[in-house]
Amino acid sequence: MKRYSAFAIAREALRHHTGWDRAWGSPEPKKSYDVIIVGAGGHGLATAYYLGRNHGITNVAVLEKGWLGGGNTGRNTTIIRSNYLRDPSAAIYEKSRSLYETLSQDLNYNIMFSPRGVLMLGQTQHEVRAYKRTAHANALQGIETSWVGPERVKELCPIINIDGPRYPVLGGLWQARAGTARHDAVAWGYARACSDMGMDIIQKCEVTGIRREGDKVTGVDTNRGTIGTKKLCIVVAGHSGVLADMAGFRLPVESVALQALVSEPIKPAMDIVVMANTVHGYMSQSDKGEMVIGGGADGFNNYTQRGSFQHIEETIRALVETFPIISRLKMLRQWGGIVDMTGDRSPIISRTPVEGIFINCGWGTGGFKAIPGSGWATAEMVARGAPGDLAAPFSLDRFREGRMIDESVAAAVAH
Amino acid sequence: MRITCPLCGDRDLREFTYGGAAVYMDRPGADADLDALDAYLHLRDNPAGPTEELWSHDMGCRAWLKVRRDTVTHEILGTALAAEAKRGAG
Ligand SMILES: Cc1cc2nc3c(=O)[nH]c(=O)nc-3n(C[C@H](O)[C@H](O)[C@H](O)COP(=O)(O)OP(=O)(O)OC[C@H]3O[C@@H](n4cnc5c(N)ncnc54)[C@H](O)[C@@H]3O)c2cc1C
Ligand SMILES: [Zn+2]
Repeated sequence: MKRYSAFAIAREALRHHTGWDRAWGSPEPKKSYDVIIVGAGGHGLATAYYLGRNHGITNVAVLEKGWLGGGNTGRNTTIIRSNYLRDPSAAIYEKSRSLYETLSQDLNYNIMFSPRGVLMLGQTQHEVRAYKRTAHANALQGIETSWVGPERVKELCPIINIDGPRYPVLGGLWQARAGTARHDAVAWGYARACSDMGMDIIQKCEVTGIRREGDKVTGVDTNRGTIGTKKLCIVVAGHSGVLADMAGFRLPVESVALQALVSEPIKPAMDIVVMANTVHGYMSQSDKGEMVIGGGADGFNNYTQRGSFQHIEETIRALVETFPIISRLKMLRQWGGIVDMTGDRSPIISRTPVEGIFINCGWGTGGFKAIPGSGWATAEMVARGAPGDLAAPFSLDRFREGRMIDESVAAAVAH
Repeated sequence: MRITCPLCGDRDLREFTYGGAAVYMDRPGADADLDALDAYLHLRDNPAGPTEELWSHDMGCRAWLKVRRDTVTHEILGTALAAEAKRGAG
């Protein structure tokens, strides 16, 4: 792999940029691998990367039915934060956020991490109480967040209307080290690094069946033939239920469409991310100047990657009150992704009822921020055969055992 | 998406509230074992394709409906009053 650097750009400029290599290979599948990962989204690719980097396992294939990063990883609104309430969540999301800080250097790929700060507005009395509680919890967890009053909110984001008639802004939970990153680049950077370690990322390769002998996994059927493995890690977000069905077990997961939209580009108007959970909408401004807007998920299960009109209407109606300047903006694009929701709004990183099959799913509306930490924890579990400290609380049996990690307050809105 | 209520006819999605999978109607009895309760409370089929679910016609007749719907295309494949569907099955 040729390193990217300012020097490399200068060198390539001199030969009209004809010397750049492909960032990753497109190999034919081998007969078998030590580990097969299904799904080349951020979580699957990060799992592969840390398997190689932290555990020296590189005979790995990542199978992707479409193109890498074409699932939710390439469809999200890129909010990165770690101000969760429960200790296990705080631990994995903060691990992730801190890995993001140096990810561009680690991968030698600019993922454009921008710690611009995330503000979650308190617009009702109980939201205020809940966020103050989160700020206290974060202080105990060693995560830097604070509760700020309405004047500070106005300072941080002048385009906010703080005395909205229905939902005045009473303050906000502020995490200065939170922010955004370029979503595609996260997938691409991990893919390039995996390919460089000799791993096979195989696109347009759909897993159609899972082979078992008794209680053990032996391989997968794909549209490009059968591939053998003793360790299979399923990382397919919204399609987790479909893969679990192939493997013969059920999951506490439901799939729904979550959508987002962007406006026409305008001059810089806000340099932080604002989330307004009571009214169900959030917004940030991309480097291109587009206002990036997201809202709630569809209220019913579905696999249509497009979203629905009534939700766009609800989201915009809500945000216009808080951000009056957007009322005249034209919206450019809208899209949807299928997210995997669990009952407690926390993810699953776990062994499964089938020996050799591991699963990483349930990130729902908020897993982009978790990609590095989740990959780290999942790789540890796959390498050792059992979850480490980061992953252990997120096992499948927590539902049956009543050990829910309730984040429905922290994650009530999609992000 | 439009759902045909057996009582009110073809109506817009926004008149209805989603009530989850139709298996919710088959609640395990008080003496059911842990596995049955775990399956009922937590585990989901979550299919990509036809599925049976409950919808309430909140802004219409307020009846609970059992709806057969394709989760990939949004196509409604059939509707019935939940109470009648349950009686029919039992
Ligand atoms: C509109 C929207 C906004 C969001 N905003 C945020 C946000 O601001 N912040 C945040 O933290 N999170 C956000 N999220 C959530 C985040 O995008 C996801 O949690 C995260 O990207 C999940 O990554 P993943 O790698 O698990 O899944 P994906 O990126 O979806 O990857 C799964 C891959 O598996 C592949 N696959 C599926 N079935 C098969 C098969 N049978 N064989 C082979 N491959 C298969 C798919 O093609 C896909 O590429 C948002 C999501 C959406 C949809
Ligand atoms: Zn009706």
